[in-house]
Amino acid sequence: MYKYDQYDQAIVDARVDEFRDQVRRRMAGEITEDQFKPLRLMNGLYLQLHAYMLRVAIPYGTLDSRQMHMLAHIARKYDRDYGHFTTRQNIQYNWIKLEDAGDILADLATVEMHAIQTSGNCIRNISSDQYAGAAADEVADPRPWAELLRQWSTFHPEFSYLPRKFKIAVIASDEDRAAMRLHDIGIQLVERDGKLGAAFYVGGGMGRTPMVAPLIKDFVPIEDFLSYAEACLRVYNRYGRRDNIYKARIKILIHELGADEYRRQVEQEFAHVKSLGIDPPAAELERITAFFAPPAFEAGAADTVDRSDPDFAVWLDQNVKAHKQPGYAIVNISLKPVGGIPGDASSAQIDVMADLAEQYSFDELRVTHAQNIVLPHVAKRDLYAVWQKLVEADLASPNLDLISDIIACPGLDYCSLANARSIPVAQKIAQRFSDLDRQRTLGELKLKISGCINACGHHHAGHIGILGVDRKGTENYQLLLGGSGAEDTSLGKITGPGFDEDGVVDAIERVTDKYLELREGGERFLDTYRRVGFDPFKEAIYG
Amino acid sequence: MKLLTGNDLASGAVTWWTGDGWSLHVEDAVDVDEHGDAILAVEEAARRVNAPYIIDAVGTPEGPRPAHIKDRVRALGPTVRPDLTLKPADPDAGNWVI
Repeated sequence: MYKYDQYDQAIVDARVDEFRDQVRRRMAGEITEDQFKPLRLMNGLYLQLHAYMLRVAIPYGTLDSRQMHMLAHIARKYDRDYGHFTTRQNIQYNWIKLEDAGDILADLATVEMHAIQTSGNCIRNISSDQYAGAAADEVADPRPWAELLRQWSTFHPEFSYLPRKFKIAVIASDEDRAAMRLHDIGIQLVERDGKLGAAFYVGGGMGRTPMVAPLIKDFVPIEDFLSYAEACLRVYNRYGRRDNIYKARIKILIHELGADEYRRQVEQEFAHVKSLGIDPPAAELERITAFFAPPAFEAGAADTVDRSDPDFAVWLDQNVKAHKQPGYAIVNISLKPVGGIPGDASSAQIDVMADLAEQYSFDELRVTHAQNIVLPHVAKRDLYAVWQKLVEADLASPNLDLISDIIACPGLDYCSLANARSIPVAQKIAQRFSDLDRQRTLGELKLKISGCINACGHHHAGHIGILGVDRKGTENYQLLLGGSGAEDTSLGKITGPGFDEDGVVDAIERVTDKYLELREGGERFLDTYRRVGFDPFKEAIYG
Repeated sequence: MKLLTGNDLASGAVTWWTGDGWSLHVEDAVDVDEHGDAILAVEEAARRVNAPYIIDAVGTPEGPRPAHIKDRVRALGPTVRPDLTLKPADPDAGNWVI
């Protein structure tokens, strides 16, 4: 994992002092809320329905046990004993007091964490593949490049006041586990003729105008990585619309210009940017990359697992994925118990996961965009012990990628932007399909719920998506089918008139029944939907 | 009826104008009629409330009930965590929101 140098630490410490003083001035009445609001947002502090909410950045979703314990400590000391892991691989606390904000940021700084650029029209936390460094199919570890982007984008003076917020994802596998093409810039590391480079997809996103990012450049030599990113941002910063918040994202600019014209302008800008020498020297790249060297895997570690405990075997099949190192495995910890709140974890659970990482996973954890946690490097001989400890902590739900592994935004229970509640709908769906055999019969089925058009719950990318809307003061839920955030990225299509809370659960059951009726061979729901089309499902829903 | 609501500056807690101060409980809220903007200006300037605004509500025997579900969620707390609402001992409290 990357460790702060003196510059990283100095700027974070300075920001803590600065924000502590800004809070003091606000509390003393020296500045108004209108003056203070942009300052607190620059430090991830929102005012939500019930209290202040603090969003803490987890760079590319990677953290160690010391940092995870700190997240538990903050939940316990300053919040109401839990935190909410988000679809941007961050964590949010829902009950923060303004008077505690300075102390919280100071505590975070002691473990090289902060809340900088988790809000505002700037480059947000860089996201990545939660299996980075462990996946057999990656051409390189994407994290050094995500870290390079983090350093480049932190307090970047030119990109601190963009037309709108800006999200970047970096992956290095053909299998997309990070919804890469639904970011403002999605970068896939690729190899060509034995050389590393990057494919740049630009102009994707969800929200009220969802778009899948077009390929802008199929191979950027890795030594041009930062310059090309800078050129992409510069064109957006210059021409992105600042007159209309709903048309300010880069996806709108590229849609209006056309991908070819945007590409032409980026290439022109790149020719200039490259001359500025912003790409780091080889020694700096090596310094960063060294932090992500593979851990000291044990050669010849046992590659077999005793499956005699049937409950363990189910969890093994569902939540444990192949690792590139023989004798090791990737463990997914589901934060989606039936009836629970997707992405929420108590401080005690966060501590348990930190302890497991320290003892069994070379001190590493990852947060996934699906609001789960990953232990990336667990020896197969330790899997049973890890599972037993997860069971004790109510963290062993064997439902990864099944219908109850639901992404849900906080919705109207917490969020001031929401129009409808998301969490109760997720809970009702999970309860309706609580029978694990039934879930496994349905197979991979990604269900995603947003409580408003901003799409924090990724409803556009759900195999089944749900969008909560306000219909004359009443919650109403639209159903979408056919979305995907994976390498076969697609946007869901709205089925028709919406439903009330119970009605949408019934409608989903009609969809899954129809799927089982139409399924051929080993098709996933999405495969069947794409083969037979929209109409049979629409007819099943509405009759 | 019109209610005045906002958040406590230091804690962020949801508060309601009672006629002579601020309460955590919507039951204590009073109809501000056409005086909301004037009260709001004075109270915000004195930092006794943060980000205040005026909402529509209806009177009930149990007290004012905000017209919009968002304000009812604000008044009670998250419906999915009854233990964190203002009425943790009342299992039916969430029904008031809906």
